[in-house]
Amino acid sequence: MGLMKRVTLGTAFALLGTTSAMAAGHGCSIIEGRISIVGNEFPAIQTVAGAAVACAEGAATAESNLTADHQKINVAGMSGNPAEYTTAIVANSSIVALMNEDVIQPLDGLLAEHGDGISPSQLITIDGKVMAVAFMANAQHLVYRKDVLEQIGVEPPATYEDLLAAAKMIRDQGIMENPVGGAYAAGWNLAEEFVNMYLGHGGTFFKPGSAEVAINNEQGIATLNMLKSLTEYMNPDYLTHDSNATSAEWEAGNVALMNMWGSRTGVLMDEEGSETVVYENTTVGGPMTVGGGSTPASTLWWDGWTVAKNISDEDATATFLAMKAGVSPAILNDETMGQAVWMIEGYEPAPVNAGVFAAIAAGTTPYPMLPYQGLLHTALGDNIADFLQGKESAEQALADIEAAYTAAAKEKGFLQ
Amino acid sequence: MKHQTFFWFVLPSSLAMLLFIAMPIVSVITQSLYTSHEQVIVEVENCGPFGCTKSVTIDQEATEALRDAEPLGKFAGAENYLNRSHLASGELGVFWTESDGFGDFFSKVFNLPLYRALAFTLTFTFVVTPLTIVLGFIIAVAVNSATQVIRGPLIFFSLLPMIITPLIGSLILFWMVDARGILGHALQWLADDPTLSVKASTPLMWIMLMVYGVWHAAPFAFVVFYAGLQTVNQDTLESAMIDGANRWERIRYVVIPHLVPLVTFVALIQMMDNFRVFEPIVSFAAQAHAQSLSYFIYSDLGGETRLLNSAATTSVLTIIGVGILLSPVLVRTWRDFGKG
Repeated sequence: MGLMKRVTLGTAFALLGTTSAMAAGHGCSIIEGRISIVGNEFPAIQTVAGAAVACAEGAATAESNLTADHQKINVAGMSGNPAEYTTAIVANSSIVALMNEDVIQPLDGLLAEHGDGISPSQLITIDGKVMAVAFMANAQHLVYRKDVLEQIGVEPPATYEDLLAAAKMIRDQGIMENPVGGAYAAGWNLAEEFVNMYLGHGGTFFKPGSAEVAINNEQGIATLNMLKSLTEYMNPDYLTHDSNATSAEWEAGNVALMNMWGSRTGVLMDEEGSETVVYENTTVGGPMTVGGGSTPASTLWWDGWTVAKNISDEDATATFLAMKAGVSPAILNDETMGQAVWMIEGYEPAPVNAGVFAAIAAGTTPYPMLPYQGLLHTALGDNIADFLQGKESAEQALADIEAAYTAAAKEKGFLQ
Repeated sequence: MKHQTFFWFVLPSSLAMLLFIAMPIVSVITQSLYTSHEQVIVEVENCGPFGCTKSVTIDQEATEALRDAEPLGKFAGAENYLNRSHLASGELGVFWTESDGFGDFFSKVFNLPLYRALAFTLTFTFVVTPLTIVLGFIIAVAVNSATQVIRGPLIFFSLLPMIITPLIGSLILFWMVDARGILGHALQWLADDPTLSVKASTPLMWIMLMVYGVWHAAPFAFVVFYAGLQTVNQDTLESAMIDGANRWERIRYVVIPHLVPLVTFVALIQMMDNFRVFEPIVSFAAQAHAQSLSYFIYSDLGGETRLLNSAATTSVLTIIGVGILLSPVLVRTWRDFGKG
């Protein structure tokens, strides 16, 4: 809710601020220090990193390393002294790994000195210390084919149960063989779908106040059964489909209903890669609920930037200023506007972003920032596939997940 | 060779081996005996664009003192080896007492990550290694009997699977066996089953990985055997011909005995390589169907929370596994060498 309000406010502010921004140009000529960015690779982050790198002038050096494997290299690249990367672009799950290893610094000092132009609601505060500056929001939500739903005569589903009913009708009427899509690739993606669905069922992952996992319960079983019901309407290869492969299936016109990332809907709705009938009818809906619950079966995400701990003050200042410029209103133009739900003044929501706003409005749970959530995510990703393939029972799968998590948490010192 | 000459001759390579092989192994073994310190967790309030929530975080100041005192972590002895992610001794004991019979026991054992990975890895090793040797030998004999003019291009094409980077080679195959790919569609047509999907079925995925393994490794066996074929004694071959031996008999009684030491060599290298099977599992996105010890190391190191000690433990287990696997061949080589 706060975000929506701020975005509206931001539009007003942007109009006021235009003159001053123009006077200052891109306002970020940095002449000394080292800027080195590591982050995920998708259009919005490319825009931010590009704008930040463009700030370096004279003796300053700037480079960026954007890759889908950023999580495999950011901790290692920031552990040295001096750190290879002076900033990592992270999300609410991946900042935890950097916090756990203590490789990023609190930004309070830099904010006090150079923080003008950064809105307080962009700040990610942990234990009273600002650890990151968020610049975009993301969530998974329904994406549907308007024409197909009109053909079977149903409204866009608001619950997963409705989605299953619609999928059955599409299959029975011979329109599509496997009308449901989803990033169900074994590993991180599949675990994320479990997290969504489990939160939608009102589940909690850990015993209150401890790192002891507690998912082998009714909600856990209901979650697994719902995931399995959905896979029955998916391409049989679903365990190998990540977000990219799922998008390809969508663009090929094989899928009519799916739960997909807001940051990826722009690609589905543009004119590239699919036939007119597909991209013109691709429509974004809100996140769905499940099992009669009121919390959507989805999670809210932010993407933001951090500053490495093991670097000189000069490099930290240069990095801070460059990243501030990278997420300044100056980066917004016709091309970049639709790339994400920006938390930047001057952002105007486009139709492709409606799903993320709906997710925020519906009170979707943010992805948990617990130090041990990543271990559970890995355990989930490794152990759900057996159940979906019918090799073991839901109870056994949940027991396996708990056992795998417990072994890992003991090794990391979270459990004794 | 004099002792001194010998010493100076092998010094550079012994130093390199010490530095790049022995020391990393010592380091890995050391790390496998430790676990992380107990994490000091504090309750905090996290605020962000979606509001504030009560959460927990690691108390870095409190943990730092522990880390400085013992940078390696907490000594755990064999704990890493015996936990569920590795040898799972505790779980095995419980399964043994609780199981109704051998079938039940083994189905429970193969639900444990390490044993499941071993089942695939060993099947892969023992299917792919002999097939690679046989196929490599057939290609070598075929190329060797081709006319001189086309031999060059033939060798080049036979080597292609090895020249292509494993990740790329398996990705190409991955798309070809897709239900809508050329091979996947051909399989559906052959089996007369439009829903057949290699990527969705565990047995088919195993077969696919093994076919890939043979395809990728056969050129190596081919090159070695082809080199060996150039040294076959022509006089022996000619006298065999005069004695009336046909082509098959000449291969069976002259060529194969000549190449046996090379077979041992290829088997050695291939068993080592196949036990570490890794790239195809990543490229084929096969982790839901098949895992290997190398894949576990990769996922421990690449997960959101890195498990360094677990990866070290799996590495040591891999070294031990390779050692056990190679011991019969090594013993044999040593004995042959001793005789010679």
